[in-house]
Amino acid sequence: MTIRNIYRKSLNNVMLTLTGICAFVTVSTLFVILAYLVYNGGKSVDLAFFTQLPKGAGEEGGGMANAILGSAEIVAIASAIGIPIGFFTGVYLSEWGGPGFSFLVRYMCDLLNGVPSIVIGIFAWIVVVKPMHQFSALAGGFALSLMLIPITAKSTEQFLVEVPRALREGSLALGATKWRTIASVVVPAARKGIMTGIILGVARIAGESAPLLFTSLNNQYWSTGLSEPTASLPVMIYTHAISAYDDWHRQAWAAGLVLLCLVLVANIAARLIVSRGTTARG
Amino acid sequence: MSPTAAAQPQSPISSLSRRLRGGDEVAWLITLLFATSVLVITALLIGELWIGSAAAREKFGFGFITSRLWNPVTDEFGAYPFLYGTIVTSALALAISVPIGVGAAIFLAELANGKWSDALTFLVELLASVPSVIYGLLAIFTIVPMMREFIGPALKSVFGFLPLFQGPVYGVGYLTASLVLSIMIFPYIISVSREALLAVPREQREAALALGATKWESTWQIVVPFARLGIIGSIFLAFARALGETMAVTMVIGNDMTVHTSLLAPGNTIAAVLASEFNEATGKYYPAALIELGLVLFLLTLVLNGLARLLILVTTNKGSARA
Repeated sequence: MTIRNIYRKSLNNVMLTLTGICAFVTVSTLFVILAYLVYNGGKSVDLAFFTQLPKGAGEEGGGMANAILGSAEIVAIASAIGIPIGFFTGVYLSEWGGPGFSFLVRYMCDLLNGVPSIVIGIFAWIVVVKPMHQFSALAGGFALSLMLIPITAKSTEQFLVEVPRALREGSLALGATKWRTIASVVVPAARKGIMTGIILGVARIAGESAPLLFTSLNNQYWSTGLSEPTASLPVMIYTHAISAYDDWHRQAWAAGLVLLCLVLVANIAARLIVSRGTTARG
Repeated sequence: MSPTAAAQPQSPISSLSRRLRGGDEVAWLITLLFATSVLVITALLIGELWIGSAAAREKFGFGFITSRLWNPVTDEFGAYPFLYGTIVTSALALAISVPIGVGAAIFLAELANGKWSDALTFLVELLASVPSVIYGLLAIFTIVPMMREFIGPALKSVFGFLPLFQGPVYGVGYLTASLVLSIMIFPYIISVSREALLAVPREQREAALALGATKWESTWQIVVPFARLGIIGSIFLAFARALGETMAVTMVIGNDMTVHTSLLAPGNTIAAVLASEFNEATGKYYPAALIELGLVLFLLTLVLNGLARLLILVTTNKGSARA
C-alpha cells in the first residue's frame, strides 16, 4: 500500500468517525436537556405546584395553578380561532387551488409562518391590546392563533393532496357532489395526518412566550375573565427564571419540566398517529 | 320525461341553482373566505407595522439603521447596536452549528441505516419542539456560569491579544447567546440537509465508489456538492430562525445598549430589546421606534426565508427529476 492510500484510508476513517460524533452530540443534547430539567425540577413538581397560586417574591412555597389554567385558556382561544381558519384554508388550497390566487395564499402562509414570534406579539398588541386598553387572554390567544393558522393550513393541504384520486373519483361516480366527496371521503381519509398537524401546531404554540409578553402579560392571581391579564406557563418561567429568588428559580424548573413533558408527549403522540396511519393505508 | 327534454341544454341559471343546491358553490365560497382571511391577516400585519412605525420612520429616516444612540429620555433612537447584536450572535451561532449540523446530517444520510437514521432524526427534530424559554432557563443556570468561570477566562488567556476576547467576563453576552442559538438551530440544519443528501441519486455514489473512491471521498467530493443548494438553503433557514429567536437570547444577552467589539461583553439584539422594552414604551417616538425595529427584523427574516425556500425547492426538484 502506498503512503497516499494509507492517508486516504485513515482520512476516511477519521472523517466518518467525526460525523458520528457530530450526530451523537446533537442527539444527546435532547437527553441532557431532559435529564437536567428532571434533576432540577423533579422534586418541585408536587401537588402544591398544580393547586396553589404563586407566592410573593422571596416567599417559600406556592404553585402555578393559575398559569396552568391560563395557558389552557389562551391555547384554547388560539385553537378556536386558528384551527378553523387553517383547516378551511388547507381544504381550499388542496381541493380548489389552482395557480394565481392559491399561489398567493400559499405564499402568505409561508410568510406568516416565518414571522418572528416577537413581531406577532407586537402586531397583536397593535390590533387587540391597544384598542381594548387592556392586556387580556383574548389578545394572547389571538397572537398564538396567528402562528397556528399557517401550520394547520400547510399540514391539512399536504395530507389532503395525498388522498388517492381513485377515492375521489369513486365518490363522484356514485353521484356525490364535490363538497360531499370532500366532507365524507377525502377529509376522513386524511384525518390522521390532519390531526397530527394540529397536535404539533398546538404543542408548538403552547410553549411560546414571546407573543404573550405584550398581549396576555402575566398575573399573580386568578384572572376573572378573558379580558383580564392572564398568567401562562411560558411567561411564568421567564419571569421566575430572571428573578433573583431561589424559590422562584425552583418553581421555574418545575414549570419548565411540566411544559417540556407536555410538549414532548404531544410530539411523540403525533408521531405515533402518523406511523400507524401509514401502515394501515399501505 | 321524453328523451328530447332530457337532452335539452340547461340554461345557465338553472345550472347555477342546481350547483348551489348541491352545496358545491357554498363550500367553495366558505373555504375561499377563510383562505382570503389569511391574505387579509398577513397584509394587515405588514400594514400595521408600517403605520405603527410611521412616526419613527419620518423622524429618523435611514439614519435609524446606522445611529448608535438609544435614549428614550431624549427621544433619540438608533437601531445599530441591536442590528449588530442580532447579526453577530446569529452568524456566530451558524459558525458553531453548521459544521456540526452538516456532519451529523452526513452521518444520518450516508452511514446510519434507514431505521436508525429515521429514529435519530426524530430525536433531533424533537429539539426544535423544545420551547425557547426552556433553552433560556437552562442557559441561565448552566452556560452562563460556565462562561463566567471557565470558557470566558480560558478564551481570554489564549486569545486575549485579539480585541474579540477582551474586557471583563460577565457570563452573559454575545458569545453565550450564540452558543444557545447554535443548539437551537441544529434541528433545522440537520433535518433539511439530510433531506437534501438523501435526494442525491444512488448512481452518483455508486459511480464514485466504482472508480475507487473511499466512502468519505464519494461523500465529500460527490454527494455533498450535489446537495449543496439544499444544504445552503438549510443554513439560510437556520439563519432566519436565529435572527428572530427571542426568549432564550433575551435571557442571556445581557441587555446592554452599546456596541462592544468583545464577544464576551453583554449586548442586545432586536428581538431581545423588543421583549424587554416594549411594555415600558410610552410617548410618540419610543413605541414607534420599537415597532420599526420589529419591521426591520421582519424584513430580514422575510428575505432569508424566501432565499431558503427557493434553494430547497431547486434541489428537491433536481433530485427527484434525476432519481
